[in-house]
Amino acid sequence: MFKRFVEWMDARIPMTKTWNIHLAQYPAPKNFNMWYVFGFLATIVLVNQILTGIWLTMNYVPSADGAFASVEYIMRDVEYGWLLRYMHSTGASAFFVVVYLHMFRGMMYGSYQKPRELIWLFGMFIFLVLMAEAFMGYLLPWGQMSYWGAQVIISLFGAIPVIGDDLTLWIRGDYVISGATLNRFFALHVIALPLVLVILVFLHIVALHEVGSNNPDGVDTKKPKGSVPDEEKPKFKFHERFTNKKDVVDSIPFYPYYILKDLFGFSIFLFFFCYVIFFNPEMGGFFLEPPNFEPANPLKTPEHIAPVWYFTPFYAILRAVPDKLFGVILMFAAIVFLALLPWLDRGRVRSIRYRSLLHKLNLTVFAISFVVLGYLGTQPATPVATVFAQIFTFLYFAFFGLLWFYSKREKTKPVPERVTSK
Amino acid sequence: MSNAPVDKGRRRFLTVATSVVGGAGAVAVAVPFIASWNPSARAKNAGAPVEVNIRKAEPGQLIRVKWRGKPVWVVRRTPEMLEGLSKVEDRLRDPKSEQPQQPEYAQNQHRSIKEEFFVAVGICTHLGCSPSYLENGMGDHVDGVDSGFFCPCHGSKFDIAGRVFESVPAPLNLAVPPHYFIDDNTILVGEDKGQA
Repeated sequence: MFKRFVEWMDARIPMTKTWNIHLAQYPAPKNFNMWYVFGFLATIVLVNQILTGIWLTMNYVPSADGAFASVEYIMRDVEYGWLLRYMHSTGASAFFVVVYLHMFRGMMYGSYQKPRELIWLFGMFIFLVLMAEAFMGYLLPWGQMSYWGAQVIISLFGAIPVIGDDLTLWIRGDYVISGATLNRFFALHVIALPLVLVILVFLHIVALHEVGSNNPDGVDTKKPKGSVPDEEKPKFKFHERFTNKKDVVDSIPFYPYYILKDLFGFSIFLFFFCYVIFFNPEMGGFFLEPPNFEPANPLKTPEHIAPVWYFTPFYAILRAVPDKLFGVILMFAAIVFLALLPWLDRGRVRSIRYRSLLHKLNLTVFAISFVVLGYLGTQPATPVATVFAQIFTFLYFAFFGLLWFYSKREKTKPVPERVTSK
Repeated sequence: MSNAPVDKGRRRFLTVATSVVGGAGAVAVAVPFIASWNPSARAKNAGAPVEVNIRKAEPGQLIRVKWRGKPVWVVRRTPEMLEGLSKVEDRLRDPKSEQPQQPEYAQNQHRSIKEEFFVAVGICTHLGCSPSYLENGMGDHVDGVDSGFFCPCHGSKFDIAGRVFESVPAPLNLAVPPHYFIDDNTILVGEDKGQA
């Protein structure tokens, strides 16, 4: 009965074929470690955001008069409304946690290098859209921090010479942030950007499945056709799409093996996720900021404005520069340089395991700078903090400059032919 | 179907012509989508001028009103505050108010029509926060200056005429909105004198 149904479907749509190409007969390198779980987690969190988001719109009122009260209504009166909202707000932070770790994984193992430049670029666009999503979503509760955070970010565009002021007016749709701004952000947050996001994720995965995953050794697991004796090939059946032109080595099918590994990772993730949702939804003011429990007041700025933690590294860079336009340029440059990584890194060795000590140090300093900038971005701009922000902004950018210099003639270790795990 | 030879010149012309006409159409269709983001007629109407009654303002007091949704300050400055204006000038970015941040009639040392009453948009020229008015606590932020405005967001500092200090993120002095005295007790914010 089921077999006949599948046959009926397969004659009309490539159902089994798609399942096999992308899951059951998709070869993934066998030496993945825990760093490779974050892509899967990001997908799960995306589903969580979409699902809880749709449910939140059912009770949320997108207007300057109704927004704040409707969020309180969701929290107090709607059955399980508090849970849906905390799943969504915690999901936003969780999204950035897993995405930052996912990106760092790519940097460690050189996953952005040829031939995976497009995967990296799609990923960077996903990151950009994600930041826009988070920023616009944060205006929707219409609290003090929503309002003034949006005021600061939109004013960034005012730094652009000549058209700046008209541009900010156009974005706000009013002389200040108002209901008009709230409504358009709502429309973008719940439909326009999620659509773009889902399309980009699709393209990210299509591009990944075309060239195949990198791995912690950074060596190719698809060798020239005919170069590998049969007894060295894995005992699994891979789709002929992969085996026709290449000899696949050291790989296992994505389903069931890596699905199972990812589900285990997911269960660990759930411990942290549920802890935050049920015991610490505000996360000490880092996930939901205290001033946001006050309704937006256009006449009074809160004492200390800080964005949510996932923006603070870039915010610290913005503040480190005592010039408005240059600060904005540098902040965006921090993201552009990341996107250009495939071309800034002129080395041929992918994994950090076989690269020079200099590269290991460089990447470590970069990671530390990112974390320190993130911390400084949460703190008030005292003169001492500003000097530190300037130092670590310099180190952040120095990573890219140094990489470009040494990667051409880097002293690397010999890279093995095959992956190292047995 | 006939197998007449392909006229490539004609085909190219038709391709280009179709693309150009189609492209123009796409641009035209984009206009309403982009223009609908501009402030609506209702939002523009809400930008009408507001009257401020200053009869009861104490010396040193700041009155806050809303104009175009922005906070507008009217500060009644004390003689001591006005005296301090010339003392800080070597530490200011634009002490003579050369940048177009004020109407002509406020382009003077005290940046106002009457020395006593300072009118300004209470929005930091850095990233749009509303600075705090420090009637006599400014000394914590600038040595030897008693009163001024301090932006809590990114630490920009302004003197009591809204002039920005050097080495802070804000690039410009606080904006002075168009305004005039209807009589001794009333200021109209949002319009120049004699304007319809």
